[in-house]
Amino acid sequence: MSRARHEPLAHLALAAAGETTGPDAGVTLQAAPYQPAVILRGESGNAAFLEAFRAGMGFDLPLAANHVNSHAGATALWLGPSEWLVQSTTGQAEHGRLAAALTGHRHAIIDHGDGQQIIRVSGPRARDVLSKLCPLDLEGPDLAPGRCARSILARCSILLHPLPGGGYHIHVGRSFADYVWRLLADAGLEFGVAIGGAG
Amino acid sequence: MRQAINRLAEGGRIDRTERLSFRFDDEIMYGHPGDTLASALLANGVRLVGRSFKYHRPRGLMAAGGEESNGLVRLRQGGRAEPNVRATEIVLFDGLVAESQNRWPSLRFDLGALNDRLSPLFPAGFYYKTFMWPANLWPSYEAVIRRMAGLGKAAKSGDPDRYEKKYAHCDVLVVGAGPAGLAAALWAGRTGARVILADEGTELGGALLGNGQQIDGRPGTAWVAGIEAELAKAANVRLLPRTTVGGYYDHNALTLLERVADHLSKPDQGQPRQRLWQVRAKQVVLATGALERPMVLANNDRPGVMGAGAVQTYINRYGVRPGRRAVLFTNNDSAYRVALDLAQAGVEVPAIVDLRAQAPLGWRAELDRFGIEVMADRAVLGVAGRNAVTGVQIGKLNAAGNGVVPGLARRIECDLLCLSGGWTPSLHLLSQSGARLRWDGTPGCFLPGEAHQAVRVVGAANGDFMLQDCLTLGAGAGKSAANDAGHQHRGRGPRKPVAAVEADPTPPRPIWSIPGPGRDGRKSGGKAFVDFQSDVTAADLRLAAREGYHSIEHVKRYTTVGMGTDQGRTSNINALGIVADALDVAIPQVGHTTFRPPFSPVTFGALAGGQTGPLLDPARRTPMHGWHQANGAVFEPVGQWHRPYYYPKAGEDMAAAVNRETLAARTSLGLMDATTLGKIDIRGPDAAEFLNRIYINGWKSLAVGGCRYGLMLGEDGMVFDDGVTARLAEDHFHMTTTTGNAAHVHDWLENWLQTEWPDLAVYCTSCTEQWAVAALCGPNARRLMASLCPGFDLSAEAFPHMTWQTVAIPGVLEGLEARIFRIGFTGELSFEINVPAGHGLALWEALMAAGEKYGITPFGTEAMHVLRAEVGFIIVGQETDGTTTPDDLGMGRMVSSKKDFLGKRSLSRSDTMRQDRPQLVGLLTDDPGHRVPEGAQLIAGNNPAPPQRGLGHVTSSYHSPNLDRTFALALLQGGRGRHGETIHIAYDGRAVPAQVTAPRFLDPGEAAK
Repeated sequence: MSRARHEPLAHLALAAAGETTGPDAGVTLQAAPYQPAVILRGESGNAAFLEAFRAGMGFDLPLAANHVNSHAGATALWLGPSEWLVQSTTGQAEHGRLAAALTGHRHAIIDHGDGQQIIRVSGPRARDVLSKLCPLDLEGPDLAPGRCARSILARCSILLHPLPGGGYHIHVGRSFADYVWRLLADAGLEFGVAIGGAG
Repeated sequence: MRQAINRLAEGGRIDRTERLSFRFDDEIMYGHPGDTLASALLANGVRLVGRSFKYHRPRGLMAAGGEESNGLVRLRQGGRAEPNVRATEIVLFDGLVAESQNRWPSLRFDLGALNDRLSPLFPAGFYYKTFMWPANLWPSYEAVIRRMAGLGKAAKSGDPDRYEKKYAHCDVLVVGAGPAGLAAALWAGRTGARVILADEGTELGGALLGNGQQIDGRPGTAWVAGIEAELAKAANVRLLPRTTVGGYYDHNALTLLERVADHLSKPDQGQPRQRLWQVRAKQVVLATGALERPMVLANNDRPGVMGAGAVQTYINRYGVRPGRRAVLFTNNDSAYRVALDLAQAGVEVPAIVDLRAQAPLGWRAELDRFGIEVMADRAVLGVAGRNAVTGVQIGKLNAAGNGVVPGLARRIECDLLCLSGGWTPSLHLLSQSGARLRWDGTPGCFLPGEAHQAVRVVGAANGDFMLQDCLTLGAGAGKSAANDAGHQHRGRGPRKPVAAVEADPTPPRPIWSIPGPGRDGRKSGGKAFVDFQSDVTAADLRLAAREGYHSIEHVKRYTTVGMGTDQGRTSNINALGIVADALDVAIPQVGHTTFRPPFSPVTFGALAGGQTGPLLDPARRTPMHGWHQANGAVFEPVGQWHRPYYYPKAGEDMAAAVNRETLAARTSLGLMDATTLGKIDIRGPDAAEFLNRIYINGWKSLAVGGCRYGLMLGEDGMVFDDGVTARLAEDHFHMTTTTGNAAHVHDWLENWLQTEWPDLAVYCTSCTEQWAVAALCGPNARRLMASLCPGFDLSAEAFPHMTWQTVAIPGVLEGLEARIFRIGFTGELSFEINVPAGHGLALWEALMAAGEKYGITPFGTEAMHVLRAEVGFIIVGQETDGTTTPDDLGMGRMVSSKKDFLGKRSLSRSDTMRQDRPQLVGLLTDDPGHRVPEGAQLIAGNNPAPPQRGLGHVTSSYHSPNLDRTFALALLQGGRGRHGETIHIAYDGRAVPAQVTAPRFLDPGEAAK
């Protein structure tokens, strides 16, 4: 009998903590459950590699800096000129499908699902909370939905991903998850913080 | 109790229906919402608010805004106490407590005032002249001087409040919300541009709040309210009152200090007291206004001498009359309006004293109505009174303005002297931005020169002192700034505001220092202050010039003019004029001092921001962190990781716990959380070639399935990092790095790949976070593994030391395999088990459960250090210090001669090939119970007295339960040739004898392989 995967923020017992501090919570924090993810490395200029990705995954890798493409349960976030985060949104592991599609083309696939924690920050004051910690222009077109950016949250590296329905996904290294959660909860105190259920 | 004797019955922007109680020193007083501490004190008839810095002279309020240099108080109590806060900027709240500063035992009776009598002993440069000899006595002098001369006292306990930082981006940042700034913000905002409007004050409006001017046929304050209402509604405009823009840096990056809750007795829950904004603006509009200069004349610091504009603000904005009988002394037109406002408020105004031969004509009728005499071509020569003004002495100056025409002296009794020495545009921020300032002799001030960044200056800051110019040019600047940021008006812009017509001004007559009332004007008649906060007089500046200080920067440092917390806002130009006169040169030749951020003092709390206490630094946790906590681990920070240091059992101290853990790992079974090791996935057809260039040893010969220890050097040939790297496939490696150096190593690899070797087809990707690692070691390690991986051949033949395999661990990993590396850091039989991080805790718990029968013992970093040192394994950063080569560590034979690699050439320098370099050795003290401190120096003889030639130092020192004695590692000059010799370890005045040995104390033998 195998044990279930242990979530990085399990020790906070967030499911039981679904409560609000402050009168009306201005910001909601949610710890997203594990989703398979890989870092994909390959050459933006290699047409055969790009075509193989498209053929296998059904959509194009984003080539413009900080752009995000999605299709049928998979999202590719641009991290660098030769680097993408390919994130499952359905729990379906992409590693095998990708590896099969890219066979014969120079690439590297590195498992990353266990290496990160995604924290969803939403609510009317989400941006106000993030702007205390992240130096990017959160209001500008560069961080509209469909974009992403590597940045910092206080002293932690993050990948910031504005969501189409409002709010943000903040990807942090697993080891930073506890600290970043506390950082966000502290920054949101002024507006009231609600703890969202899984999702 | 005091009565608010100076509060006007009506007028002002205060709410008389509500009373706010506050305490200043020992007196309880009342004010109203809308008051500052300063206006409330004046309303209550308080004239004496502080003692000056050096002479401890009695001082009163002079200004109504941020340029106040006398009214510095200690605000609040306990941990919230804050020294040197300007009373003019403290918004009154109920229960406010403030104390005067710089006096003992009391404000009224201050012993330090003796300094004023002794002032001939304290000339400019007094410290440099007096306390420089003998030099070794300076610490004693300093203690006394600090007590005497220091400004306020800081809080002794911790600040209970929150502070935070905030980032913002905008198209147009408008600094200052007076008429020009409001017009700019309105016109910029109407284009849809993102606008931030910041102002120091609690209310928008700037000078319009206090000067009674009219716009569009109604009071200026009504116009302000209309604009504010529109701006507040606009989603693209952010209004920041109580916010001082203090720093202007490159690329239009500005810092703003928002006083979020300073106007409350304490902040709301979660609310910060102050917020430090870092704003990136495409365009900046500076509408920072102008500050009124005082006149430099004898005893111009007596309580009751105030700025004319400040007096006007107190009357019109705060409903306070600062005196009963006022004389105004001016060199420009602006005091005339003030005289009328005073008279209308019921203050007796016997005279306006005007330096100019021709007083402006436009005011005649109104002045006559109040019986105000205009004394043209006259000057106030001196002020009478000590704790308060009692009168002024008036005379006529000669044409040059440097002497008094005899026989025309006159004295007028008064309790208020209003000074208007002309207006200084506030160009601190512009100057910080890199722009030059140019002197304009007509208004007698510096004006903006060529801009260096995307910035515009409008309003009084640009020398546009007429209200209509402020409105028109402000609107134009707002519009063009928005245009330049890519935003255009759709349709027509807002209606242009029209100010009430003002008469053309009569040019001012700047005289930087009014001669004293003594005969022939030479006798001073009292100290004439230039810088009130630093207690610098005109005489000090002249003395400095006579002593040879010709550069204004030197004069500043020598006399301390402009060096107070007010940054010389009211004193710089007067000082410049006096120095120019003394040197007999024009002002532009003297130039001005450099303006540096911040414009206003910033609290340490705001600079520190929100990440304090437990949030100070990221605390990285491994997946097994919770288990370590639950099992009593004491944690040690390693980089940002929090690693178990040791796991004390009940009654154990650190030494006992570490001994137990160390012993268990050698005799049975130990388990360590090694998740924190840096891990880098290296993949591509050139991966082996890449590693060959990075590491000193060869990698092409490493078979798939094999592991190899590698050393990396910097280009200087010094050891930079080490670790074991495994070959996963022909083109695929798994590198490990030291815990604290993981990010540096990754940067180092990327740097070489991207800048020097772009031809190599290799990807380096960090996977530190992906894997949890449990390091199992000890004689029973194989037995334990066998129970976890039934059927898997774990024999030394099938799974030898320095290889790795993927292994299923049923019950722990379903559908996944662990990567198990037959490597370790203790010399014992070892397995490093890597599993995806989400399974790390399950693996750990499974190992602990299965290991129970072997007495499996989790061990922390300290036991790990002892274990590795026993077998002579180094730690980069402990046995190395950035000047250590592989050969110094006894690893010279690892250096490949068949290939080139980073740092290789440096290893053939004469210095790196010296025979007497510090080399790694072991040390055994003669006394086996004696543990020497790490870092202790090695010396030849047994006399520890300095001076000594150091022979090296102790790098690691432990007690080993396995050796039953202490031992140490050290870097010793020519150490490899000195095994068997005795050297001495010097520390704390002792010289401890020790025998030099090989740096390996224990051999676990072949069974451990």
